[in-house]
Formats: sequence, C-alpha cells, structure tokens
Amino acid sequence: MELLSNLALGFQTAVSPMNLLYCLAGALIGTLIGVLPGIGPVQTIAILLPTTFALPPVSALIMLGGIYYGAQYGGSTTSILLNVPGEASSVVTCLDGHQMARQGRAGAALTVSALGSFVAGTFATLVLAVLAVPLSELAFKFGPAEYFSLMVFGLIGSVVLASGSMLKAVGMIVLGLLTGMIGTDVTSGAHRFTFGIPELADGVGFVSLAMGLFGICDIITSLEKREKRDILKSKLTGFWLNKEDLRAAWPAVVRGSLCGSILGILPGGGAIISSFTAYMIEKKSARNPENFGKGDIRGVAAPESANNAAAQTSFVPLLTLGIPPNVVLAMMAGAMMIHGIQPGPRVISSNPELFWGVIVSMWFGNLILVLLNLPLVGIWVRLLSVPYRLLYPAILLFCCIGLYSVNNNTFDIGLTALCGFLGYVFHKLECEPAPLILGFVLGPMMEENLRRGMLLSRGDPSVFFTRPLSLAFLVLAVAMLVAVTLPGIRRGREKAFKEE
Amino acid sequence: MRIRHPKDFLTGVMFVSFGSAAMVLSLGLTIGTAAKMGPGYFPFALGAFLVMLGSVILLRGLFWAKGLHGWPVLQLKPVAIVLVSVILFSQILRPLGLLLSTAALVVLVSKASHEFRWKEALLNAAVLVAIVLVVFVYFLEFQLPVWPSFIAGRI
Repeated sequence: MELLSNLALGFQTAVSPMNLLYCLAGALIGTLIGVLPGIGPVQTIAILLPTTFALPPVSALIMLGGIYYGAQYGGSTTSILLNVPGEASSVVTCLDGHQMARQGRAGAALTVSALGSFVAGTFATLVLAVLAVPLSELAFKFGPAEYFSLMVFGLIGSVVLASGSMLKAVGMIVLGLLTGMIGTDVTSGAHRFTFGIPELADGVGFVSLAMGLFGICDIITSLEKREKRDILKSKLTGFWLNKEDLRAAWPAVVRGSLCGSILGILPGGGAIISSFTAYMIEKKSARNPENFGKGDIRGVAAPESANNAAAQTSFVPLLTLGIPPNVVLAMMAGAMMIHGIQPGPRVISSNPELFWGVIVSMWFGNLILVLLNLPLVGIWVRLLSVPYRLLYPAILLFCCIGLYSVNNNTFDIGLTALCGFLGYVFHKLECEPAPLILGFVLGPMMEENLRRGMLLSRGDPSVFFTRPLSLAFLVLAVAMLVAVTLPGIRRGREKAFKEE
Repeated sequence: MRIRHPKDFLTGVMFVSFGSAAMVLSLGLTIGTAAKMGPGYFPFALGAFLVMLGSVILLRGLFWAKGLHGWPVLQLKPVAIVLVSVILFSQILRPLGLLLSTAALVVLVSKASHEFRWKEALLNAAVLVAIVLVVFVYFLEFQLPVWPSFIAGRI
C-alpha cells in the first residue's frame, strides 16, 4: 500500500512538535482574525502571510493551512452567533445557524458545524491523498500547449462560477496577468513595466498586492458603512447534540462532504459554491423543506461540511497541476512561491515529506479546531464585542509592520497603499478583485508555456487545437463561456447569487 | 445625454486606459515573432485584448445597459485618511522609529471612523505601542528600527 506509506511519511512530518505547534498557532490565529466580521479566509491569509516568512517551508505551509481552516471556522462562528458572515462561504450558514442561535441552540449549532467540518475534512483529506499521485503523474504528460490550455480553462472556470458581470471578471483576469508581467522577464532579462524603479525589478510583491486589494481595501469599505452590530447577549450553553439532532445531521454531513469534495476540485469551485449547492440539495431532498430557514440543523450541517470538504480538495489541482482553482488557493500558491516551492506535479516527487506532511497536518488542523475552538468559543465571542473603531487601527498597524518585515523596506508599504487604492476603485466599480489575483499568480506560468509551446511548433498556433488534451481544455472553456450566456442558465445564475 | 450605467462605463474607461498603457509600454520592448516571442509579445497581446474588452464594457455602459443606474457613491474621508496614514507610516518609520510611527498611525487612522474620540484613540495607541514592542520587537525579533534615528545613533 503506497498510500499508507505515504501517509505514514506525512505523519512523521506533521507530528513533529514544532509542526504541531505551528499548526495549532495557525488555527488559533486564523480563528482569531477570521472571527472578526467581514474578514474571511482571503483577508486573513493576506494579513498573516508575513508571519510565516521566517519559518521553514513545511512549517510555513502547515501554519498557513491552519490559518485557512481557522479563518473559515471563525467565519461560521460569527454567522451563527451574530448573523454576520465573516466570509462568503458561510453566508448560507447564517440562514439556519442564526435561527438556531435565536432559539437558544447556538451551542448545538456550533458543535454540529465543528463536527461536520471535521468529518468532511477527514473524508476530503483522504480524497486528496488518493487523487494526488495519479493526477500528478498525468500532469507529467502535459506539454506546454496542454498547460497553457489548462490555465485558460482554469481562469475561465473561476469566472463562470463567480458572481457579477462576466466581461468585467475577464477584464480583471487580464489585468492580473498584466500585473504579473511587471518585473524582470525570465527569458530575456528585460525589465518590463518597472518605470525604472529598482524595487519593481523582482515584480510586484504578492503580499503587497493581496494585502492592498483585500486587507486595506476592506478596512476602507467597512469604514464607509455605519452599521451597528447586535451582539448575542444570551449565554452559550448546550453544546451536546441530542439523538434527534444526530439522526438528522449525519446524512446531511455525508451528503455535504461528497458534494463539497467534488465541487472543490473543479476550477472556480471551492467553499462558496459548494456550501450553496449543499444547502440547496438538503432543502430540495428534505421531506419538510419548509423547516429550512427556521433553524433546521441540516441547514447548518450540510453547508458547513461542504465548505470544509471543498477547502481541502481544492488543494488537489494546486498541488498536482499547479493551478489554483480559486482565490484562497491562489494565496496559498503565492505563499508557496515565496518559499521557493513552485506548486505543481513536481512537489510530490521532489518534496514528498512536504507534500504528505501538509496533507496530514490538514487533518490535524481540523482536529485541533474541534478540540480547541469549541471550549474557546466564549473568548471568540468576547472578541466580537471589541468595537471596530479600536480594531481596525490595530489590523492596519500589523499589516504595515508585516509588510515592512517582508523585505525590510518601506517601498512595499507604499505599493500596498497603491494597491489598496486600486482595490477601492474596483470595489466602487463593482469589479471583483479575486480574478485579478488568480491572473497574477498564473500570469508568468502562462506566458512561459505559451512561449515554449509556440517555439516548439515554430510559431504555428494550431498546436493548441491539434493536441487532443489541449483541445479538450479549450473546448471546455468555450463551452462554459457559452453556457453562462444562454438565457436559461444566466437567469438561474443571477437568481443563485441574489440569494446570497 | 445620460450615461446609462456609469459604473460599467468607468470600468470600460479603466480597462481601456490600462490596456493601452500596456500596449504602449510593450512597444518599447522587443516584440519578436510568434515563434520567438520577445518580452513585449504577450503583454502587447494582453493589452490589446483588454482594450477590446474595455471598449465593449464602455459602450455597454453608455448605450446598451438596461435601465438607468447611479454613479458610484464615494466617501473621501475614510479612503483618504487610511491611505495617507499608511504612506505616512512608510515615510516616518526609518527616521522616527517604530514607536512614534505606530502612535502616529493609530491616532491618525482612528480619525477615519465616525466615532472618533481623542481619549480613546490615544489610549488605543498606547496599548498598541506596548503590544508592538513586546510581540514584534522582543518576542518575534523582527528587524525594525525601534527608536528615532537621531536618538539611536547616539546610544
């Protein structure tokens, strides 16, 4: 059993005291930041990226994984207790979770969300472990043409499932690809778009871009809103689930895990889509759908399991093909590159202990969340009573210090301010920044594969259409584009996002 | 004439300007041929595509959008204060040191909130200066200029 020996190798790496500590620290800090309303996994990772720079790559990735799950878990906590989703993927959890909290069953809702996430996480980790080796072997058969087409497919896929205008999202991808061109061209050594600024020779820093577009922009837009939060005053009790709850919840957890595992792998898939889909499946298949929205435990169990499963399986395309399927994974890809690891099929063969260690530590991360966060939920809730006017200066300050420490220069801080301003402009024009980040991460790789593909074919672009796999990816990409412009699907898509 | 969808229109303007900037800047680089692409080839193509996309969005915003939409509503105070304080922090960090810069950033950026109070902001700044000193300087040992350069130089 190769799988077992691989997992054993992963265990060895993951249970080393240092790595366990970083996993724990990541999960805790991730929850701490993720619990703040309006701050989801993307913002959390953006803000906390610099804290991992001093660590060796394995520990850094393990900690980032912990931050990711922690942030997601923190998001569901605020959804349930405050009806304020910390992030888009826990919007659905609000519907029934907050109703449960109002009925005095917040404890049960939190427990089912934690346990469901854990079960789903375990399942999805296995899916990831099983799929990783065959998929990465497939990826070795890819030539530059296949890679280029796969990236086109991935980028289009991420747009199709996103909300808002398609054209704008494609434009944001292109803008991201162009941003990725800034810096020294690897092939020729020429400086592109650097305006003679020496700091730009290495390109726009990933941290600056992500922190500006998500962290700083988020603070600005939150300051524009003047909303008051109602804080749940009632005491948290009753964390145990009764028999009825369990009987209702476990099939929902299973369905949610399956649904999330599948959707997580697809480009553009991930936590948001899968939690929506899982909720829809539960509601459609229930004998008493009228209970949904009124505190049905299945309405918490299914989406929470699904988003956690998807969070896990979306590592599959990143770690095996090098393609981040959504923006959170694009952040992970950026983090890996900063540590000198190029995500892709070579990770498994060249750094097996890193690959399997990270996978196994994902499972540990989930376990830590169940064991630690349920008892700690009281502290998280108290954190929510700190007014925003005291919190945001602290967040901004930590961002600035983190930015300075990346390269020990102040240029990055200024660049982040510029990115923050751009993010604000995008926000006002209703342009999603997520496709830009994806384009930015994939840009250099895409260009390299395009160049190599065209070089090998001596300038004949038909190479992208005559190689069967490459053609298949391109056809799929076009099919997705056509599908969303069809009136029926378009209406359905608009409707699905309205319900957000 | 009224612009039907100002946000789309402005997005189009933005894309067209970024795209044409990319095209112009790429012309200064070697473009090369399809078989042997120079550093300017891909950015030029992307720029052209962005100009095309932007034009469609621009025209859609001008003429084709269904219904009339509003202009984006801006509040200058939060965005200006946040950005100015971040840039200020980057400028004063080296000469004035971490502690003074932290205090300046926190107090200044607190002004962006509509619930600003002097006492609270100063207290918050004091607490955060202490946290920064303990966590970043002593615990995590970040390489940061802690004291103003004119004092640090004499110690």
